[in-house]
Amino acid sequence: MISMKKDIYSKNPEFCKNSYTIYICGVGGQGIIKTSTIIGNGAMNEKMNVVMSEIHGMSQRGGAVSTELKIGNYKSSLIEEFNADMIIGFEPIEVVRSLNKANINTKILFNTTPIIPSNITSQKNNYPDIKEIIAILKENYNYIYPINGDQLAKESGDLLTLNMVLLGAATADKTFPISKNKIISSMKDNLKPKLHDMNIEAIEKGYEKIKSFQ
Amino acid sequence: MILEKLLSNEVGKKLFLLGNEAAVRGAIEAGVSIAATYPGTPSSEIGNILYYLSKDTNIYFEFSVNEKVAMEVVATGAVSGLRSFTFMKHVGLNVASDSFITTAYNGVNAGMVILTADDPSMFSSQNEQDNRHYARLAKIPILEPSNPQEIKDMMIYGFERSEKFKIPVIIRTTTRISHMRGIVELGEINNTINKINNTINNNNILENVHWKKGFFKKNPDQYVPIPKNAAQMHKNLILKLEDIKKIDNKLNKIYSPSNTLKKNFKFNLAIISSGSSFNYAYDIVNKYNLGINILKLGFTYPFPEKEVLKFIKNLDGVFILEEVDPIIEKEVLVIIAKHQLKLSVFGKLNNVFPVIYEFSPDIILNSFKNFYKIANKENNIKNIVSEFNSKKIKINDYNQNRKLKNTKLNNLVENLPNRPPTFCAGCPHRSTFFAVKRTIKELNIPENNVIFASDIGCYTLGINPPYQTADYLLSMGSSVGDGGGFSKATNQLIMSFIGDSTFFHSGISPLINGIHNKDKFVLTVLDNRTTAMTGGQPNPGLNVDGMGDSAPEISIEKIAIGSGAEFVKVINPLNLKKTIETYKKAIEFNGVAVIIVKYPCALIKGLKKKKSMEINYNKCSHCLDCVKILACPAISIKNNKIVIDYLNCRGCTTCTQMCKEKAIKVKDSFR
Ligand code: SF4
Ligand code: SF4
Repeated sequence: MISMKKDIYSKNPEFCKNSYTIYICGVGGQGIIKTSTIIGNGAMNEKMNVVMSEIHGMSQRGGAVSTELKIGNYKSSLIEEFNADMIIGFEPIEVVRSLNKANINTKILFNTTPIIPSNITSQKNNYPDIKEIIAILKENYNYIYPINGDQLAKESGDLLTLNMVLLGAATADKTFPISKNKIISSMKDNLKPKLHDMNIEAIEKGYEKIKSFQ
Repeated sequence: MILEKLLSNEVGKKLFLLGNEAAVRGAIEAGVSIAATYPGTPSSEIGNILYYLSKDTNIYFEFSVNEKVAMEVVATGAVSGLRSFTFMKHVGLNVASDSFITTAYNGVNAGMVILTADDPSMFSSQNEQDNRHYARLAKIPILEPSNPQEIKDMMIYGFERSEKFKIPVIIRTTTRISHMRGIVELGEINNTINKINNTINNNNILENVHWKKGFFKKNPDQYVPIPKNAAQMHKNLILKLEDIKKIDNKLNKIYSPSNTLKKNFKFNLAIISSGSSFNYAYDIVNKYNLGINILKLGFTYPFPEKEVLKFIKNLDGVFILEEVDPIIEKEVLVIIAKHQLKLSVFGKLNNVFPVIYEFSPDIILNSFKNFYKIANKENNIKNIVSEFNSKKIKINDYNQNRKLKNTKLNNLVENLPNRPPTFCAGCPHRSTFFAVKRTIKELNIPENNVIFASDIGCYTLGINPPYQTADYLLSMGSSVGDGGGFSKATNQLIMSFIGDSTFFHSGISPLINGIHNKDKFVLTVLDNRTTAMTGGQPNPGLNVDGMGDSAPEISIEKIAIGSGAEFVKVINPLNLKKTIETYKKAIEFNGVAVIIVKYPCALIKGLKKKKSMEINYNKCSHCLDCVKILACPAISIKNNKIVIDYLNCRGCTTCTQMCKEKAIKVKDSFR
């Protein structure tokens, strides 16, 4: 008789092969769902299996929004605790809120521009200092990529390209399963033609930014 | 998503679709002619897409006034020989239930599918009722998809079975499935079924519409459930269900982990699961080498007794994973009792899995860990059962935010400010609530002497500080009936708030009731010219219909007057002084006072943005009223100064009017 004691903790390498999970978080209206769809669509075009979870509804009135993407053999679209390979944060404290998905080797890439909750004056907690957030994250995680995404987005022509700046940055990471060029073509599948040039520029800007880190 | 992709004729093409998008594609492939809904998360996107695509797909589509009417539109479509489709959130089926239950008796002539989207964990709902109970209540077959591909495929399967057995079919999704994106392989569009053939109808009149017309063949014995007929109809329904039980369906399927992984555990165990729970079961079993079989149930009512019996017969124990209520679990227990089997069942009823909220991979993994901890030390499975039976009910003992090791990090995580949803900048609800609260203050009425009866819509967010304008809520339209009830039960001041769409949905009959029964309360209809909460669908108060065509606009004011209301005022909530004056008069009025506050939702596309505001620091006394009492998200404190984010400000001027120091004015863009 075999005991299940050990087996329940050990992972099946065959099942985990080619797995890549991405948690994306931020605030309603930042283009998070679009970004996630573009990644998923790109993965599909590359013949990978992919599932994704999004939360709509009440959360879109300026509340926190998140999506979860799982590439690999998965059927469920929710990432297990501490199991994200990458976190893409559109807003600093939303990244902190998502840390239950991170382990020390999770790639944590985020926009450093805060969006202060509108009810902050009636809350007991203050908005933490950005520099301190970055310092604490660096102490605890191996791969922290803070970038001024708002700035790069404005340089690309519109603050609304923030999502493509961050996505371009993600593709610069060696582990990211979809190449920058494939992401660009997936973006073209999902956005109107007149927006393509601006968003390509945003993707390139984000990409270059992370390259300069490495 | 560029919507036209859903029209593709390329069989085998793969798209990355949301569950709700897949439902639309399913309707298109199945050749639906009639579709109707009332918007509700998590099913809203289906309607939003049909709004754009109905004309390209030969579908008549409407946003009905409520789910019950949608059910009736679709039932009559199906009985007239047209494939018909309705979809709604779980609580929507409560509204539709009166007609819904009888559709099983009346039956259909062409396929009729009812998609109900449940909301375990209540992401945007007032409860997490499990609508699989409705299948049993109405005796209507139910399908449970686990991903977008299955939603699409089950739509087609559902229409076929519905047509074959002349009974509606329910597809039950959950938020996690409706709002899941996955790869969907397109099938053939069956456009012969809904091909338009309307050249001449039976009165020789040319019908010039974009959808096919059917024909209703009279048969009162079948379609008019007076008691004599209903008795026969119920008998026929029972016989139909017996026939349905006999069909072989492809929707129930055994998933075995690959042979190399099979474990020789001392007990022979397996899993039965459906919907989202199946996905977690599959991933956990395969990722952690549990080496046990899973029976995935896609067709769960009438319950597939034979298949389940065959699957469990030789097991020592079976896990049942389902959201939310233990329905399959009870069905399995019945089979075990009926066939005098010996196996044990591990589910919600004996505290192995949590009894409420949606599952997650972590919750399931944790439950399995607990199970095996006990199972490892026991050699008799009955002892495991007794040990779980003696445990406390499992609500959800899995703590998602376990403490992180580093204290600084842990402090940071635990002391984060929260980010609740709020009214948008320029939202007319904020202006209304601000005016109402100021009126109450000016009249010196103590806050606890005012009951705010709220309703379902964005304005329910008024529950949050600083507004706190929601004290009681039951369902769509309940604010009006609750207002009447409180006015009989108490001497407090009662202020009911209902949105325009919600008023049309369920607010009219209780208004008539209130006036007829001489109630006294103030009813505010927040007419923001849209169904805002679910993404901005039209409603009868607007001059467009569910396909974007022009339509008669129904006046809320005239409805109120026609209902016998003697105090009816239509005001612009952006005029603070006038709004306060009107509320003062309404509070004095002895009866039901109706105030229609009319101003468009800030999110309506194409509305012109007005000039934004700025602060005159020479005048600002830093009283913080604009931040703390008005709480517009465009106004914040930066470096100890009040600032207005000119990109976010919609120029509603409410802040200008409320500032005692007159320190807020239109931004001078030439300076
Ligand atoms: S309400 Fe007027 S005076 Fe008070 S802080 Fe705001 S701008 Fe200044
Ligand atoms: S005018 Fe004032 S209250 Fe209205 S949106 Fe602008 S800042 Fe907010």
